Amino acid sequence: MTTPSNSMPNSFPAQPAAPNSVPTPPDSPTRPFYWSVRRELWENRSIYLAPLAVAAVTLVGFVVATLGRALSTSDIAHRRAILESHFNFVSAMIMGTTFVVGIFYSLDALHSERRDRSILFWKSLPVSDLTTVLSKASIPLLVLPAITVILTVAMLWIMLLLSSLVLVGSGLNAATLWSQSPLLQISLLLLYHLITVHILWHAPFYAWMLLVSAWARRAVFLWAALPIAAIGILEKIIFNTTHFANFLEYRLSGPEPYAMGAPSNSMSQGPAAGSISQGAHSMHTMSTVDPAKFLTTPGLWLGLIVTVALLAATVHLRRSQSPL
Amino acid sequence: MTVIEARGLRKTFGATVALSALDLRVESGRILGLVGPNGAGKTTALNAILGLIPYQGQLKVLGRDPWTERDHLMRDVCFIADVAVLPRWIRVSQALDYVAGVHPRFDRAKAEALLAKTTIARDRKVRELSKGMVAQLHLALVMAIDARLLVLDEPTLGLDILFRKQFYDSLLNDYFDRDRTILVTTHQVDEIQDVLTDVMFIDRGRIVFSSTMEEFESRYVELIVNPENAAAARALAPIHERQVLGRTIFLFDLMTLHNIDRPQLAALGDLRSPGIADLFVALLGNPSTPPQPAAKTGAAK
Repeated sequence: MTTPSNSMPNSFPAQPAAPNSVPTPPDSPTRPFYWSVRRELWENRSIYLAPLAVAAVTLVGFVVATLGRALSTSDIAHRRAILESHFNFVSAMIMGTTFVVGIFYSLDALHSERRDRSILFWKSLPVSDLTTVLSKASIPLLVLPAITVILTVAMLWIMLLLSSLVLVGSGLNAATLWSQSPLLQISLLLLYHLITVHILWHAPFYAWMLLVSAWARRAVFLWAALPIAAIGILEKIIFNTTHFANFLEYRLSGPEPYAMGAPSNSMSQGPAAGSISQGAHSMHTMSTVDPAKFLTTPGLWLGLIVTVALLAATVHLRRSQSPL
Repeated sequence: MTVIEARGLRKTFGATVALSALDLRVESGRILGLVGPNGAGKTTALNAILGLIPYQGQLKVLGRDPWTERDHLMRDVCFIADVAVLPRWIRVSQALDYVAGVHPRFDRAKAEALLAKTTIARDRKVRELSKGMVAQLHLALVMAIDARLLVLDEPTLGLDILFRKQFYDSLLNDYFDRDRTILVTTHQVDEIQDVLTDVMFIDRGRIVFSSTMEEFESRYVELIVNPENAAAARALAPIHERQVLGRTIFLFDLMTLHNIDRPQLAALGDLRSPGIADLFVALLGNPSTPPQPAAKTGAAK
């Protein structure tokens, strides 16, 4: 194995001979953060492998099942509907996968380093607990959404290209497929949905899971889920109400009516992962997106305050926790 | 230049006192061995010095408060903990990349050169390496960091004698110099007696003995006598005696024996320098102060 640094002359010891690329100058404060995020990707390859695998499988499904069916019909509207529904399915699958990966990642993030005692190695390096916790929080809040967008948009392009190839191959005009598939709008909507719901709206959940993973000695999932379930059950038993459960559902499903303005002509109020399908289905225009309304939702800001508080508690715990 | 200064350092875990008013001062350029029975507070003391646990009392490491400034302190301090702590999933090349990425004082070329002397392949994962190789890898990473204080907590635990010897040789020849300080704890203290410049005994959360090695060697002497001279030797008030193969070994503290010198003792039998472990047993293991039952749990060791 040779790395570029092997050829570095010894006379430059002060120059950190980083491999590949040096993204930031040696003493930049973002440098430990950058490497901490890379470290997470080394350790948890499922962050990108799982969505990639799901995308690959659904792509095969598309080629085998949908492509032929869609192209066998001469009705252009029908053809488009079939392709679109498949695309919606693919994007929902990818989003669902990254959602699940994010949950598993967050529950393990600060637990595994205590379990295998490697926390003693990480703490022997000049990386603050704040940097460590933020780099771990960035996986569900930045890296996974980014992977989702990139992968979904790439899938959209691949599926359109494949359809066009088949259409052209059979002597038909592929232009309508492109003119009527609002690529850019779907991509932007997806991005908007991920930023508003998956990042900003769901942030307290991830912060909570990180906190529990830094605190629990074992059974992280139970410690994360049981208190929440207990509150709902107690409320039901004592007051026979479901305010907490409703609140939880609201926090999970996202403020879609707020984010997207008037609930458009979409059919059903699906769960978070399905909501993009409505978006892609019903909103080929960006007109129904209403960021102002989203940004003035009190729940958004309350959630973000809670997120900051939970992350601060996580940093505090990480500082004083010893290996298990 | 003082590297570590602790005054009245105290740490309790619930009702258990792990450190009780520990005073400690380490100057730069020393190799200090911290010796103590299990549960004496060695690891707790090291954890406090490394900023891994909060504590009461005063503690400054390189002029910083370890608990509040751990991340800054770790630019100048390295440590190898008493267990294999390199993450098992990491590849050797990734470990090099990561440390090079986050540590401004890491000299990658030096680490590569140190690794080149071993049989460790760059594309191996830590879980695929033997125990000795993991220790070599960790040592290579640490030695390539231009740190001022290196803390080693049982760094050679579970390694065979060849690795242990290699480990300390490497440390002395390729790393240690006058500007660096090494603080080491180990149960195989006799093996590193020649390496140390200073030794301290810790017991029940406080430092009970502290000496430079020169002092140690001029102050303590062992006298091996045949049975016929045992009574005469015993009359000179040795601090410890033990039987080996029919002969008796007496340990004398020359500082407390004002009217006796080495030639007088030599007349009774053979003189030799005691090992650190012998003195340790004499001071902490003699019947008048029975060894304390392991006084604490978990976090200390």
